[in-house]
Amino acid sequence: MGSLSLQGIHKSFGAVEVLKGVDLDVRDGEFVVFVGPSGCGKSTLLRIVAGLEDPTSGSVAINQQDVTTVPPAKRGIAMVFQTYALYPHLNVRENMGLGLKQTRTSREVIDQRVSRASALLSLDELLKRHPADLSGGQRQRVAIGRAIVREPEVFLFDEPLSNLDAALRVQTRLEIARLHNELKSSIVYVTHDQVEAMTLADRIVVMNDGVVQQVGSPMELYNNPQNLFVAGFIGSPQMNFVDGSAVGKPDVKTVGIRPEHIQLHLSDRENSSCSLVSGSMVGSIRHVEHLGADTNVYLQCDSAGLVIVRIFGEQHFEAGQNCSISFDAAQAFCFDHRGVRIN
Amino acid sequence: MSVATRSVGRSVASHAILLTYATIALFPVILILINSVKSRKAIFRSPLSLPDAETFSMVGYETVMKQGDFLLYFQNSLVVTVVSLFCVLLFGAMAAFALSEYRFRGNSLMALYLALGIMIPIRLGTVAILQLMVATGLVNTLTALVLVYTAQGLPLAVFILSEFMNQVSKDLKNAGRIDGLSEYRIFFRLVVPLVRPALATVAIFTMIPIWNDLWFPLILAPAEETKTVTLGAQVFIGQFVTNWNAVLAALSLSMVPVLILYMIFSRQLISGLTAGAVK
Repeated sequence: MGSLSLQGIHKSFGAVEVLKGVDLDVRDGEFVVFVGPSGCGKSTLLRIVAGLEDPTSGSVAINQQDVTTVPPAKRGIAMVFQTYALYPHLNVRENMGLGLKQTRTSREVIDQRVSRASALLSLDELLKRHPADLSGGQRQRVAIGRAIVREPEVFLFDEPLSNLDAALRVQTRLEIARLHNELKSSIVYVTHDQVEAMTLADRIVVMNDGVVQQVGSPMELYNNPQNLFVAGFIGSPQMNFVDGSAVGKPDVKTVGIRPEHIQLHLSDRENSSCSLVSGSMVGSIRHVEHLGADTNVYLQCDSAGLVIVRIFGEQHFEAGQNCSISFDAAQAFCFDHRGVRIN
Repeated sequence: MSVATRSVGRSVASHAILLTYATIALFPVILILINSVKSRKAIFRSPLSLPDAETFSMVGYETVMKQGDFLLYFQNSLVVTVVSLFCVLLFGAMAAFALSEYRFRGNSLMALYLALGIMIPIRLGTVAILQLMVATGLVNTLTALVLVYTAQGLPLAVFILSEFMNQVSKDLKNAGRIDGLSEYRIFFRLVVPLVRPALATVAIFTMIPIWNDLWFPLILAPAEETKTVTLGAQVFIGQFVTNWNAVLAALSLSMVPVLILYMIFSRQLISGLTAGAVK
């Protein structure tokens, strides 16, 4: 298994600069997830790693060997696509074996590797079938199997779960986590879904607008976001951003508070004149979402605008009630006018 | 049709329109067919009536079989049509693949240049083409016809096929590249099977004008051994006397091969539409 190193990757399509200098190291056996909104360049970056797209400048190295000009098939990578991309004219066994057949691997080795992969993914029943006769989840398992058979240095996943329904997505996510544990291989995984990123990754690379915003473990990003974008992107529901002046911090442009770090108190307005220093505000409830395990309350505050509060367990709030909220200043994040975190 | 949209009135109206159109379209064809098996007098006396025991006559077909070398003409037409069709589909699909798949400088200019031929009739260049064929010694060869028809068919083929090539999943082609398939194998094994319906459509569009053409065979290949069916049938149209039996019989016969080709391609069209694709 292998390491991956990207240095100064730039990519432009015509006048549009999609990637603006990306540097990244993926260690041997690491599971790295690129996450970001659509159009942030994460898929383009993955395609550059795969060799399907040439970087305008910069270099790609796999296992310390520069592969910037090496064709995709010879880079020691395997890729799983969002649309599965199985060959429609071949059955499952042939789909999985085609890559090895191209490198003139002997029949026995191909058979051996295909049966190992199919056992790993419980595809044995399906080996004779054609892609048209498989369900979506089965096709994605075959696509993953096709990647495993190649025994690559680095696995590349391009939004592999986006075309699956919710239940299947969770199941396949577990499957991918299990495969990573068993194969101990390096994986680069692209997704726009932060839940996938948080649950699967050893390290997450948050991207926006062609620039890497922050790299770190899921909990590092959650507990210690370096800028406004990362703070807003990681965590659900989204972090609340409030003007510094509204919470008594006029030297700070924006204060970010996670919905789960806010306490909500039902009150009548007279009693709610808590001191502003402890970070409390008053407002009225606009909307309540009951999710069972937790409850999201949307609160229109007089000073800070719309604030989302996440309360655990089943709670009985109704729209129109007046409330006050408070939060621990130690759990709030402060950002300057450029959106950079102030410690 | 679902129950919600079924309506007797609408159904009758649509059938009436379709039947009217079918009648108009088929009328000349049927007229040719019924008159080709009638005696000369019967053709002129009542051209619209069906042949009966008295007027039935195969004299037209007999004349066609005896006079001229119609088997050779058929062979020529078939060779020219099939070879041109093959070239148009092969080169058209390849050009379309290149235009839709690869990003290179002048891509859209090249596409425009290749599509320009749709708007400019190739016959405007007849004199130049004839000079070219004379200079290269290709006059009175089937090669001349194949070259001209390939040029004539390519613009539309490239235009239609590049639209369809764009719809073939990029992921599929990339999966092929990662598995180490050459660009040719990606084209022939992955892309061509998926655009088969489009190929069949282009084949039908291309085939019929080639089969029916009289202009280029008359100018470029009028020799006895390179005559096509349409040109061969002209033997029976004289300045003073026209052998209508023979003309109609020759025309009826010339429909057969093109009908067979059409049936082959239209079957492809249907099976192509129903085959499982990427998702």
